[in-house]
Amino acid sequence: MIASETGSGAIPMIKIKINIKIKAWPRLGRSEASQGYFLVAPPFLYALLLLAAPLAAIVLFSFWTQDYLTLDTTLTLKNYREALSDPLYGELLLRSLVISLAVTAATVLTAFPIAYFISFSVPPSRKSMWIFLITIPFWSSYLMRVFLWKVILGYNGVLNTTLTGLGIIDEPLSFILYNANAVVITLAHAYAPFAILPIYVALEKIDRSLLEASRDLGESRVMTFLRVTLPLAMPGVVAAVLIVFIPTIGDYVTPRLVGGPNGLMIANMIQTQFLKLNNAPMGAALAVLAMAMVTAVSLVFLFLNRRYLKGQK
Amino acid sequence: MKSLRLYAILYLIFLYAPIALLPIFAFNDGTVIAFPLKGFTLEWFKELLTIPALHAAVLNSLIIAVSSALIATCLGICAARAGTRFAFPGKKGILGLIMLPLVLPEIIVAVSLLVVLLQLGLPLGSWTVVLGHVLMCTPFSIAILNSAFQSLDVSLEEAAIDLGETRWSSFRLITLPLVMPGIISSLLIAFTISLDEFIIAFFLTGTNPTLPVYIWGQLRFPQKIPVIMALGTILVLASVILLAIAEYFRRRGVARTGQADAGGFL
Repeated sequence: MIASETGSGAIPMIKIKINIKIKAWPRLGRSEASQGYFLVAPPFLYALLLLAAPLAAIVLFSFWTQDYLTLDTTLTLKNYREALSDPLYGELLLRSLVISLAVTAATVLTAFPIAYFISFSVPPSRKSMWIFLITIPFWSSYLMRVFLWKVILGYNGVLNTTLTGLGIIDEPLSFILYNANAVVITLAHAYAPFAILPIYVALEKIDRSLLEASRDLGESRVMTFLRVTLPLAMPGVVAAVLIVFIPTIGDYVTPRLVGGPNGLMIANMIQTQFLKLNNAPMGAALAVLAMAMVTAVSLVFLFLNRRYLKGQK
Repeated sequence: MKSLRLYAILYLIFLYAPIALLPIFAFNDGTVIAFPLKGFTLEWFKELLTIPALHAAVLNSLIIAVSSALIATCLGICAARAGTRFAFPGKKGILGLIMLPLVLPEIIVAVSLLVVLLQLGLPLGSWTVVLGHVLMCTPFSIAILNSAFQSLDVSLEEAAIDLGETRWSSFRLITLPLVMPGIISSLLIAFTISLDEFIIAFFLTGTNPTLPVYIWGQLRFPQKIPVIMALGTILVLASVILLAIAEYFRRRGVARTGQADAGGFL
């Protein structure tokens, strides 16, 4: 990797540098790779012990069974069979997937024009201020924000009282709280910066002369956008989709607060299995199924967009 | 471009709508969270001072957030330096694993840690929340510190070593001051994330709730809501101040290493 960047002429120089280091610091004159490993070891071990190992444990757990407090460690597919045959679990999994997809679509589609606006219309000196403005709400308490959406969307909420006050509607709208719509609105709000930032970064990377060239060669503004800007921005859009889609499927707070009985998602069931029903293996199986579902959809999405991602990284 | 600007302004209103409501209801003299407003009061802020359980939760959250921020930033420095300065086989995979919590649903992280801790028979408590929060904060620290380390000129450090400094003293005297704004920014961001984090704390906390877990418990009681609004107002103000400081240090770091400002935390 390094050699290809520096070119052939630079290789002898690197050797000389290493020689000097070894001469001056015989004890510390390790190879670059071993220094890298030495440095990366603490965070890597941390992630290995507290992320990789627990994830492996939860997969193992999902093949066990639990009857109240006694844990049966014989490997079995019972949990999975139950999860896939019980319509309650199936419906929750499917609903979580549908809501996540809707949230992702809503978030990314509304975020794109904002990212485009900041990248193309805002003068360079004001760009970081705009980015800062967009990230501020994201850093305020997530719980409070979700709760406030409940206040806004409620039957006697801010939106309804304002709209009836202005005479736009006669009856308060009831389809916006305690259902999937409310979950989509709230999550689209919560994940907005996660969608805007990657798209913005991708748009910023686009060489503006390509757009001029396209216009000079006779393409219209719209066609230039579709044939030059959009394909070049796709890596950012793909990143935004994945960054929004993957975490939303496991969201617990939003469905619980604004979802009502028909807006609950799989995370609520996982929590119930773990903390209320004392059936950790079933919860683990549901968690594994949810992750498998997310991974499968993400991989298909990446595959469909593979031509835009070529030459990246 | 006119319509795009209008859209951007509407979008900002959408982004800020919930937060804008916080102070309105925090100062509203009525127990019901709805319009029309009743009158101005400081009652709810005064009540905040009289709840011992809240104070315990705030203290607990502060301890957890400071510990998580310190540990995550230390781990972040190691990873960011290794990632930007050295090439080694398997680097992508190793850093990928460390960055994984950024996209992993928090509930998965929470339940998998919970399962392991319970199986090992370890008691839950503030320290288990710290373990989880460090996992969540480290990727953010790395993202911030990466840009700090990336803009660093390697030859500065090499010059220091050639002039007789040890590897450690050159790191301390040359590298550290140059990336210090990034480190402060990382500490503040990690602190803010840990302070706000709910799911992991909800699963892994023992008998002492963190602040978000305490708030979650209160949201069930309608008569407690105005007090929570007052609390939320203070929290939002604190976050904005912390972020403004973090942004100030990030920009100073950018100016110090002489690169163009690309903006943003992520």
